[in-house]
Amino acid sequence: MTIEFTKERMYKVQEIINKYPAGKQKSALLPVLHLAQEQFNGWLDVPVMDYVAGLLKLDPIEVYEVASFYSMYNLKPVGKYVFEVCQTGPCMLNGSDDIIHYIKNKLKISEGETTADGMFTLKTVECLGACGYAPMMQLGKHYREHLTPAKVDEIVEECRKQAATAANGNGYLS
Amino acid sequence: MSKKLLLEKAHIEGIKSYPVYRREGGYVSVEKALKMKPEEIVEEVKVSGLRGRGGAGFPTGMKWSFLAKPEGVPRYLVCNADESEPGTFKDRYLMEFIPHLLIEGMIASSYALGCNSSYIYIRGEYHWIADILEEAIQEAKDNGWLGDNIQGSGFSCNVYVQRGAGAYICGEETALLESLEGKRGNPRIKPPFPAVKGLWDCPTVVNNVETIAAVVPIINQGGAAYASIGVGKSTGTKLISACGNINKPGVYEIDMTISVEEFIFSDTYCGGIPNGKRLKACIPGGSSVPILPANLLLTTAKGEKRMMNYESLADGGFATGTMMGSGGFIVLDEDQCIVKHTYTLARFYRHESCGQCSPCREGTGWMEKILWNIEQGKGKMSDIDLLWDIQRKIEGNTICPLGDAAAWPVAAAIRHFRDEFEWHVNNPDLCTLQNYGLAHYADPVYVPAT
Amino acid sequence: MAELNKKISVTIDNITVEVEPGTTILQAARLVGGDVTPPAMCYYSKLEGSGGKCRTCLVEVAAGSTADPRPMPKLVASCRTTVMDGMVVKNITSERVMDARNGVVEFLLINHPLDCPICDQAGECHLQDLSYEHGTAGTRYQFARRTFTREDIGPYIQLHMTRCILCYRCVMVGEQVAEQRVHGVVDRGDHAAISTFISKAIDNDFSGNMIDVCPVGALTDRTFRFKNRVWFTKPMDAHRNCENPKCCGKVTLWMRGEEVYRVTARKDPWGEVQSYDGKPGWICNTCRFEKKKASDWTVEGLTTISRHSVIGANKYEEMVMPQETIQKVMGGLEPRKLMNIHSISDVNDPDITLSELPGPAHSVDFDRANSINNQIPENPGDAERHNKQMINKTQG
Ligand SMILES: Cc1cc2nc3c(=O)[nH]c(=O)nc-3n(C[C@H](O)[C@H](O)[C@H](O)COP(=O)(O)O)c2cc1C
Ligand code: SF4
Ligand code: SF4
Ligand code: FES
Ligand code: FES
Repeated sequence: MTIEFTKERMYKVQEIINKYPAGKQKSALLPVLHLAQEQFNGWLDVPVMDYVAGLLKLDPIEVYEVASFYSMYNLKPVGKYVFEVCQTGPCMLNGSDDIIHYIKNKLKISEGETTADGMFTLKTVECLGACGYAPMMQLGKHYREHLTPAKVDEIVEECRKQAATAANGNGYLS
Repeated sequence: MSKKLLLEKAHIEGIKSYPVYRREGGYVSVEKALKMKPEEIVEEVKVSGLRGRGGAGFPTGMKWSFLAKPEGVPRYLVCNADESEPGTFKDRYLMEFIPHLLIEGMIASSYALGCNSSYIYIRGEYHWIADILEEAIQEAKDNGWLGDNIQGSGFSCNVYVQRGAGAYICGEETALLESLEGKRGNPRIKPPFPAVKGLWDCPTVVNNVETIAAVVPIINQGGAAYASIGVGKSTGTKLISACGNINKPGVYEIDMTISVEEFIFSDTYCGGIPNGKRLKACIPGGSSVPILPANLLLTTAKGEKRMMNYESLADGGFATGTMMGSGGFIVLDEDQCIVKHTYTLARFYRHESCGQCSPCREGTGWMEKILWNIEQGKGKMSDIDLLWDIQRKIEGNTICPLGDAAAWPVAAAIRHFRDEFEWHVNNPDLCTLQNYGLAHYADPVYVPAT
Repeated sequence: MAELNKKISVTIDNITVEVEPGTTILQAARLVGGDVTPPAMCYYSKLEGSGGKCRTCLVEVAAGSTADPRPMPKLVASCRTTVMDGMVVKNITSERVMDARNGVVEFLLINHPLDCPICDQAGECHLQDLSYEHGTAGTRYQFARRTFTREDIGPYIQLHMTRCILCYRCVMVGEQVAEQRVHGVVDRGDHAAISTFISKAIDNDFSGNMIDVCPVGALTDRTFRFKNRVWFTKPMDAHRNCENPKCCGKVTLWMRGEEVYRVTARKDPWGEVQSYDGKPGWICNTCRFEKKKASDWTVEGLTTISRHSVIGANKYEEMVMPQETIQKVMGGLEPRKLMNIHSISDVNDPDITLSELPGPAHSVDFDRANSINNQIPENPGDAERHNKQMINKTQG
């Protein structure tokens, strides 16, 4: 696989860089890493980060430092669909532990693991700002709120269907 | 029913779109502002008594007047939409349902501060809200409210959305600026303060979403009219995001004259506690502020009704009071375990520590581990004192307030619920199966020894 | 413009000094010297932007300035706070400071491996000194210490991340001295680590200076590793005409007999690289790693031992010891809490002036030194302080 942004994304990169004064293109790093993660299978491999470093004229270590700091960047391969379930206080008060437990049993994986078919990854995360709609999880670019076991079942089904029909390789990411 | 200034129109069909927003009186504050001198707007904001809605409650007018204005150096306004404090989801609501209000506030505030480029730093997880904001910005631009020479005034301004990538610490204003510069979210060592040396070393003001939105009614109605709402130094309205064990979780705009009791039990607001359970405890201002047991929450140590405003919530200091904070209102019913809840918060702060300074980097993880032991019935009595000592040695000794934010919940939990911790230690088997319950936490006579 | 150059006065632990405006509290305290100088684990005067992170240098500002004599509510990092005219600072005369510092030391140690017996830095480690001076005996940490997988960063430098205290100094050397950074801080919070992320060799000409700035044994000289304990070698000042224009060529050779075991930059009394004409005396990797023959160098003579490090422990001959601050102003309280890292780890504790030995040092010298010094004197202030702490704790 050659590592290169699509034309469309390249255009976006330029658009992002234009938001900042000249010479401050390092500011584009976070948003550009998001774009990279979207295009390259939901995670940031070293060659991908090096590519971004080249684009923004940074030392590769500057990119590694940043990518490893923020929790939204995956530095290891993930499944097509990443369930990021919140487990902080307010969600816990509303049963997030049970939801996490349910997902683990249903998909037969633990936190941080991916199903053997590469479909699902379970991540536990800290407060996503949806405390009033708990328990909740992030799936791709959207939140799924007021989770119940039945809703989890539906979501899993929905993902399987989407994977079977859409050619889209990145699940809900792009 | 409280007066609404921000969310009044949030439910109007189509308010997300520019035509409806404009029809409903949108962007009038910008028209008005452009006819005023920037200093006059700053003065109105001072008169309004508006206090920062991001958590610290610092007077906004004063913050604005501190902004350095060296010749030939750009100044920046940065809106803090990182909103990651557990219990807080108010900014999200505002941005999601009435995005133009924030954009309008950004333009008026940028004019007042003399900023030609302003940024909204939004937490990365709010993908779709960032999209909503970008759309609103485009609409505003298309209609001549952004870009060059706005409405023929000679003032030019652009507003940009910057997406974060998952780090609570980027809500701290200097960490936010680092992140906006494309770096790790390590808070800066202050001084210098952002007002002198902020984004790209230029003078910068960082304000919360709600603070900037509040500038719109302040300009529209005048600072004095805004100040007439509320009580004492708690002027205007405040968004409260309510969650936990309540019937009606959600975002409420209150005018800070109602009592905590009314807020929890009235059907206008939280609508009471589900399943007829009783109130045990509450964290009224986001996870960092001290938790209070039911009795001290509803009544101050002086025996007065506690009100939903800055002064009343803080009444009694940390010994018997708490803080307004960011307005993240977390309610715990009688079946909730304080130790477990405190543990999840300690885990949160450990997870979110940037790791720069030793007390926070090492202390947060240590507290988390001890709390987990106690919660699991593996704690010792001396662990409770140890926890107290650790939080005491973190608090005030770190680079940024995240250290304090990690220490306070632990301190308050031990201060007010020590017997529940002790019960865990004394009942190692029982505590994993059963709850301590309400105990005496709602008894009116109880005043904790500090 | 005379006004501009006017010196301002600051009082630290009852001792007043005159300093240039813009001086930090720490720098002012260094002018006084001795015990009133706060320990600094991350600040490094030759590295821009350093300091503020470790929090060992916290002090109390009892009065902000003559103009505004209000005290500062929080303790401040003395390395990053500039003095104001008439400022009153309390370091060892402040209970709050000693208590907070004690906490910081404990935090720094909970995940430190305490593998001093096998650590190359033993004997010249700032963390050893710090815990010796400000720590408490034993540990209250009952959990497994954090460990990291070892990372190879090239032929010259060994990275032992478990020992790192994240002072960021080496990162700043990468940025400011080596001018090309291949390593940095990755991950965050209690997982934060010094790393190249991809196990890349750090081979810039000036990368070796990272070893000199590292306050602990996280970065050590591979060409020296395990060859010798530092106290068996004898430090000699030496120089050579280095071809590299950025290299100062002035070094300390760590010798045993005629053999050069290690080459380092020369250190000032604060453990920092010595400055010459206001410029830090960084040395290049060739001088440090490749010139290991005595004949490569012009040897000047024995090095005077710096204030830090076990080798020079308690030998402050060249420093002014502000005696009045110690027992007198503190009501008999002794600032050095009694403990030394050796009570939790059994590294040798030689108390001996190496540079005074005529020939190479031998283990018998240390046996002698240890037998004199292994009795730690009882400190009368300690019991009282302990009681006070207990009261604080229960009062909260
Ligand atoms: C750890 C930490 C997290 C914070 N998170 C936020 C946040 O998510 N949103 C916010 O507006 N302010 C947050 N703040 C407060 C900001 O540092 C800053 O005070 C605020 O944005 C100023 O705006 P205001 O004056 O309008 O409140 C946080 C502070 C700390 C120390
Ligand atoms: S207090 Fe915590 S989050 Fe703040 S700078 Fe220190 S380590 Fe980072
Ligand atoms: S390796 Fe040494 S110099 Fe580098 S951060 Fe760690 S302790 Fe500091
Ligand atoms: S606690 Fe789960 S979203 Fe806030
Ligand atoms: S030396 Fe001042 S904080 Fe580390």
